[in-house]
Amino acid sequence: MTELMLAIAIGVLYASGLYLMMRRSIARFIIGLALLSHGANLLIFTAGGLSGGRAPIIPEGSDAPAGLIADPLPQALILTAIVISFALLAFALVLLLRTHQETETDDMEKLRSTDA
Amino acid sequence: MLAMVFSGFVVAALLPWLHRRIGDKASLVAALCPLAATLWLASGFVGVTSGDVITAYLPWMPTLGLDLAFRLDGLSLLFALMISGIGTLVVLYTHGYLHGDPRQHRFVMYTLMFMASMLGVVTADNLILLFIFWELTSFTSFLLIGFNHDEEASRRAALQAMLVTVMGGLFLLAGVLLIGRAVGTFSLSAVVASRDLLVDHPHYPVMLGLVLVGAFTKSAQAPFHFWLPNAMAAPTPASAYLHSSTMVKAGVYLLARLHPALGGTEAWTLTLTGFGALTLLTGAVMAAGQVYLKRLLAYTTVAALGALVMLLGIGTEAAVEAAMVFLMAHACYKAALFLVAGSIDHETGEKNVTKLGGLFRYMPITGATALVAALSMAGVPSAFGFISKELQYAVLFQHGWLPVVAVVSGAFFLLVAVQTGIRPFWARYRETPKHAHEPPWTMTLGPVLLGVITVAGGLFPGWTADALAGAAASATAFAPVDMHLHVWHGFNRELMASLATLALGGIVVLVSPRLAGLGNRMAGLARLGPDRGYDGALRGLLSLAKWQTKALQSGSLRRYLMIILLTVIALFAVSFARSELSLQLRDRTPLTLPMFILCALIVVASIAAAVSASRLGAVAAMGVVGFSIALVFVLFGAPDLAMTQLVIETLSVVLLVSAFYYLPAFTRRSTWRGRARDLLVSIFAGVVMTLLVLLATGVSVGEPISDYFAATSVPLGHGRNIVNVILVDYRALDTLGEITVLAVAGLGALALLKLRTKNGGGES
Repeated sequence: MTELMLAIAIGVLYASGLYLMMRRSIARFIIGLALLSHGANLLIFTAGGLSGGRAPIIPEGSDAPAGLIADPLPQALILTAIVISFALLAFALVLLLRTHQETETDDMEKLRSTDA
Repeated sequence: MLAMVFSGFVVAALLPWLHRRIGDKASLVAALCPLAATLWLASGFVGVTSGDVITAYLPWMPTLGLDLAFRLDGLSLLFALMISGIGTLVVLYTHGYLHGDPRQHRFVMYTLMFMASMLGVVTADNLILLFIFWELTSFTSFLLIGFNHDEEASRRAALQAMLVTVMGGLFLLAGVLLIGRAVGTFSLSAVVASRDLLVDHPHYPVMLGLVLVGAFTKSAQAPFHFWLPNAMAAPTPASAYLHSSTMVKAGVYLLARLHPALGGTEAWTLTLTGFGALTLLTGAVMAAGQVYLKRLLAYTTVAALGALVMLLGIGTEAAVEAAMVFLMAHACYKAALFLVAGSIDHETGEKNVTKLGGLFRYMPITGATALVAALSMAGVPSAFGFISKELQYAVLFQHGWLPVVAVVSGAFFLLVAVQTGIRPFWARYRETPKHAHEPPWTMTLGPVLLGVITVAGGLFPGWTADALAGAAASATAFAPVDMHLHVWHGFNRELMASLATLALGGIVVLVSPRLAGLGNRMAGLARLGPDRGYDGALRGLLSLAKWQTKALQSGSLRRYLMIILLTVIALFAVSFARSELSLQLRDRTPLTLPMFILCALIVVASIAAAVSASRLGAVAAMGVVGFSIALVFVLFGAPDLAMTQLVIETLSVVLLVSAFYYLPAFTRRSTWRGRARDLLVSIFAGVVMTLLVLLATGVSVGEPISDYFAATSVPLGHGRNIVNVILVDYRALDTLGEITVLAVAGLGALALLKLRTKNGGGES
């Protein structure tokens, strides 16, 4: 049943993330973006298959993992994704700060054209 | 053969260079290209007319069934000879007509490109290849009509001609694809030989309809005829070449070519004769109201095309023979009259026939050829046109009311022949803007040669036309046709019909001054016709484009997101309904209490983040989500992920809190209606993701590559942490990309912070 619970959690993460991204305030947009990345990471993790509790580490003195291990590939992908979503978050945040400084608004609907 | 088709493109490409070297003489050199094509075709004349077929083949995209396959049989030879022969004369004519015009070489360039495309159309043995050349002729025609691009009317006419013919071309493409699928090949000679496959095919009416729209738009059949008279905005050599003798006949060629494959059915006969007759009458009657030389000729061209389509619709051996002879006769006299019209305009500066007269004294050669061409057009005995008229009457007498249509339109042909070929030269002399004199030899050679052919065809048809028209008719009828033309058929009803036509025509000419007023009224009527429909359609298209751009490209990020989400939801719903995958709710991994608490925490915290009214609350809730996910990673054997997630989450929270210090507090901006709508869409998207996860966990495709990683991590990668080995070894490039993204994001953030703008920002 863990898969079902996680699937529901992922759905809620996506729903709240997307709902926030459709708000007019850019600050809410950024929090939505963060929730969306969490949802995506969890999605990869769950879709890769939940197996056992053993970390994919090979013990000393052996050439192969002992017994069943967690799938290392989704983990590697998620590791990359976490770091990249952080970079995205940081950049978006700076962009928001500067936009607010320049336009003195954080309302998306007032930022519809390229002309100041 | 390939050289014949493609040399036009090559010479056109070289022409600007040649023009820089030798100036306007480049046009004379360029005329050698169509001349060489003509001579090559002439050298194959005896062979092809006695039944041989010349082919050339070069693989192009064999996997798509698209090859440079060319085939020259009787029908192709007839068209190709007209294209290259008249092409030679037109290029020469241009040398005189655009004398001293700095754009002369450009015009010749377009003409040669057109010629090459047109030769491609009539010799292609692959339907797709034919379509490509077909569209190329539309495109080059656009360049030629819009040659005087500083005039509004030229631009409009060029665009109109292109839109109408290219739209028709797209219909043709659809038809061609259907035919290709039904036959299993795009090879034209195979298609032509598989009539049974096509005619009995359930999609036959669709194929026929699509192909006919293509042919009808190209060959200016009513109600698509309107672009042709407007295309007279082109310089006269282009009108003579494209819009009387070659391009507009491409549709006729297509019908003749596909006649063995699609023809002979009731649908074919009724549609073609119906539209043909309608076009014949429309063109002939509309011509009566015109006063400008070229428009007079354009409307009779429309009528002639109608007659050709009508004859192909009847489709009997005699009808096809009559069509081919008329095709030759028409090309000769119409091109000659167009060139004469151009010469008159060029030498006198006057295009209105009612203001022209007595030019024979000043332009005797032009006047004599005009007379010959006009007699042929009117169908006076001993001219080539007479023989062709007789053949047509012989066919039409077996088809109810069609002879009446032919006689009436024939009378108007006589009127136009008098107006364009006789009146300007023999009526009372009138002053013209320029003092008239004979044009240079380049401009008289064309009409004279065409006139000579017209006389020869009229007096000795057995020597000239029998073989060629017979060979062309054989290809169209798909059976050997032995043709014997005679100057004199004796006193029969065809002759009576001809005489009736001449008599009726004489009456029309006598009352024609009174028709002028009628013509003006008809011009008003014409504006209500399809031309106006074209304008309306164009306006409608533009406003539709504006509306959908406004609706879809609103500039609002939220709107874009909404559209994307709705699309994804809809696509998912469709494919979910169609798929055979079932949701996996088996108890694969038993639920433990800590796991249940973590999931509940994620759900509650993310909802809290979404609805929180305070910035700090939202950031805190987001942090809770992140740390809970880190704990999920711990529970399922991913310590590396857990560590990274903890570090990154902490950093994110710190960054957000410090950035929000500079930002205004959250305010409620949307209406409850808007929030409810967004909420609904988000919930749907969330449900889609939940279902997707449940589907994905139930699917297992192939052997997971992770087993390989686990087995080789120590022997090959020399590392015990498999995740780390994957990152720095197996997927090292990926990690390099990740580092690059980080660096670019960092640099971008730095640049943004340092950026100085007029608001004095930067370094906050």
